[in-house]
Amino acid sequence: MTAPGTTPQPVPQPLPQSAAQPAEQRESVPGGRGLGLAVALDGCGWHPAAWREAEARPGELFSGRYWTELVGEAEHGRLDFVTIEDTLALQSSRFDGPDERVDEVRGRLDAVLIAARVAPRTRGIGIVPTAVVTHTEPFHLSKAIATLDHVSSGRAGVRVRVAGSPADAAHFGRRDVPVPPASPGALPAEFVADLFDEAGDYVEVVRRLWDSWEDDAEIRDVATGRFIDREKLHYIDFAGRWFSVRGPSIVPRPPQGQPLVTALAHADLPYRFAARSADLVHVTPSDAADAARIVAEVRAAWQAAGRPAADARVFADLVVFLDDDPGRAVARRERLDERSGRRRPYRSDARIFVGTPAGLADLIEQWSGLGIDGFQLRPAVLPTDLVAITRGLAPELRRRGLFRAEYSADTLRGTLGLGLPANRYAVAAT
Amino acid sequence: MSGQPSGQVRGKARQVHLAAHFPGVNNTTVWSDPRSGSHIDFASFVHFARTAERARFDFLFLAEGLRLREQRGRIHDLDVVGRPDTFTVLAALAAVTDRLGLAGTINSTFNEPFEVARQFASLDHLSDGRAAWNVVTSWDAFTGENFRRGGFLPQEQRYERAEQFLRTALELFDSWAPGDILADKESGVFLRDAAAGSFKHTDSHFDIRGRFTVPRSPQGRPVIFQAGDSDAGREFAASSADAIFSRHGEFHAGRAFYADVKRRLARYGRAPQDLLVLPAATFVLGDTDAQARERAAEVRRQQVSGATAILLLEQLWNRDLSGHDPDGPLPTEDPLPGEHTIAQGRASVRMFDDRLATARRWRELAEQHKLTTREVIIEVTARQTFVGSPATVAETINHFVQEQAADGFILAPHITPAGLDEFADTVVPLLQERGVFRADYEGTTLREHLGVGGRPVPARR
Repeated sequence: MTAPGTTPQPVPQPLPQSAAQPAEQRESVPGGRGLGLAVALDGCGWHPAAWREAEARPGELFSGRYWTELVGEAEHGRLDFVTIEDTLALQSSRFDGPDERVDEVRGRLDAVLIAARVAPRTRGIGIVPTAVVTHTEPFHLSKAIATLDHVSSGRAGVRVRVAGSPADAAHFGRRDVPVPPASPGALPAEFVADLFDEAGDYVEVVRRLWDSWEDDAEIRDVATGRFIDREKLHYIDFAGRWFSVRGPSIVPRPPQGQPLVTALAHADLPYRFAARSADLVHVTPSDAADAARIVAEVRAAWQAAGRPAADARVFADLVVFLDDDPGRAVARRERLDERSGRRRPYRSDARIFVGTPAGLADLIEQWSGLGIDGFQLRPAVLPTDLVAITRGLAPELRRRGLFRAEYSADTLRGTLGLGLPANRYAVAAT
Repeated sequence: MSGQPSGQVRGKARQVHLAAHFPGVNNTTVWSDPRSGSHIDFASFVHFARTAERARFDFLFLAEGLRLREQRGRIHDLDVVGRPDTFTVLAALAAVTDRLGLAGTINSTFNEPFEVARQFASLDHLSDGRAAWNVVTSWDAFTGENFRRGGFLPQEQRYERAEQFLRTALELFDSWAPGDILADKESGVFLRDAAAGSFKHTDSHFDIRGRFTVPRSPQGRPVIFQAGDSDAGREFAASSADAIFSRHGEFHAGRAFYADVKRRLARYGRAPQDLLVLPAATFVLGDTDAQARERAAEVRRQQVSGATAILLLEQLWNRDLSGHDPDGPLPTEDPLPGEHTIAQGRASVRMFDDRLATARRWRELAEQHKLTTREVIIEVTARQTFVGSPATVAETINHFVQEQAADGFILAPHITPAGLDEFADTVVPLLQERGVFRADYEGTTLREHLGVGGRPVPARR
């Protein structure tokens, strides 16, 4: 069967034997894992002029329905998860502060709340809001994501990011940051190192709080009048350079034990942060050779952090302009660039793929063979490129035996082949 | 006519407002009952919210706690322990309800105005105008141990911080004008105003500037609740709140409180109907008043186990009484004066201004009615507002409202999640028959349900 609107696919190249089996079968193999596919949702899409496209719905950006429909579409494609972008500062074309533009999307809703709003309306897809771990409180974020995990029955994650710009800091007014440089690359190295060091402590606190209740702490023992066994609640007593947090959490342990933590990383320092703190790292290879190099670096960082290198889930980010007709995809990108009012064509930290779903499947297949576990696609235009992913790319990958037809696990960790982690505070049964 | 018992004026009756407080971490919630379900599973919240919406309640309310309570330096284990995050649950409930208001307590001590404003404005968007914020102040270094900012504020600075916090948040809500998002594809103009969201606020607690990230939400500002009862708290409510979460559920105290706060409004150019007084209330229903009283007595015994009685006793006595027999008389020794050291993380310890005098009253009560320790505690901690048949309870609620002892009630059932069902099925129809409670929602936003329209948007910048 051919999904409507997809182009005839080229003959698939030979695959490694394990990957050639249908995805469901591979997933049932202990320790095996299939190809991961995720989508990063941001506003009307990642291209700054996306909102002007005919299919874009800029007037609905701030409604629950808009996000519910997008995540529902991603779930229709049986994707692993969606991430939802967020920042503390208003969108800007400049790093050092707000701009004066009126021709691009400005304004956004809190991503954790969007995730919560969407969770009850979905069943199988993971929901991973972005959260800033500079300036904010680890206790609040820990309980919010734990609750998102309860609300979604084990499908929550969080993508953590640092906020190094003076615009972010000025919204809190509680710390001084370096004089505004023109780009993040110009920030003093020591300041950046501190940001990630603090982020590492932050995630440590978040994770300890998730474990601060053992799974069976609630006992409801009417005979003794005790609701909980307080021996199964734990102070986390974290004391670090930036904060001290006593615990325990106010929220019982989330269904996944440890909801998924992800981080986007482009260089050695963030790779090391991800290796310390994350389960999954989003990377941005420019080509196959770069992908192989990054995979090696990330896995080395994992090992250096004392974690098995194979445990790292490495997802490559790609911005995508998709169309069954490759010429139309190119034309659309050109049209968007012309409309954008920017001097230069749209560029991204991630590689920009312009072409057919089948062509993208080829790239995915190639990079998968280099150790990339999954792909997080950034639709240039919503819902256009999202629908091309769910109705074009996903069926194409399925035809090649690379991607699941149905969810085989109830939780996001399960979907990604990550087990239920032991509670660090639980005493082993005697 | 004003001054006349308005309950008799048919067709002009004052309207009752009703809200539902999700049971949980407090000593009114009964967890030992076989009907008691999870306080964490989202299904419990869905059940509770749908009952409230089916009954056409104004809103659902979630309390907040940021540190597990302790007694004698150990986590308190006798009441429900643990609760989910307020914002996350409210946003999720927006997906499974259409009209019900979604209110939550968020404290102003362990948060920053930018974040809280962003979260409430987001919730207001995601619920199409149903968000409400109960602004509270936190009061102890004990809770602060879970937060970056740690520490605590002296009593006199708490309201100052809360006031400045709220004022700052209101500025942020107002930093986007209605219609700032043009999103005109044809002309390519997304923002009507290149400076939309700009803010700059400096006072003794906050020094922030930049551009707020959330465009103006459907209600403009979420509904603002205030819960403090001090003079400063009442004044704060009169100046800035849309509703008061009051503790005065008793008729005469309620009328006095009602008159007091409504009187304060004129000073701020506001009318009496601009601020609703909504006391917290509990209820126990029965087919007859007598049956309801029997049930109420049973609920009281469920609420105050022997272990809970000793724990509450220690809060007044301020000493370790773990060996005391709850079914025997009150302790013979006197309470320890001085700073409280036994219980942490709960507001009730501040109720006892004079421990010796309170202990004397308890002893007199025990003497007079021949009560055991547990029975005294059951007696003095009674917080059952409405006990009776549905007809009695409907009549009483209406009486409170018509006689201006309240504008309505925030009802806290004892049982999660079905504790509201009986009220919804039996009392609400009686109030609707009397024409004092809506038969259906007339508006879509919480401000419309409450009749507290938005105040004019101040000119920006």
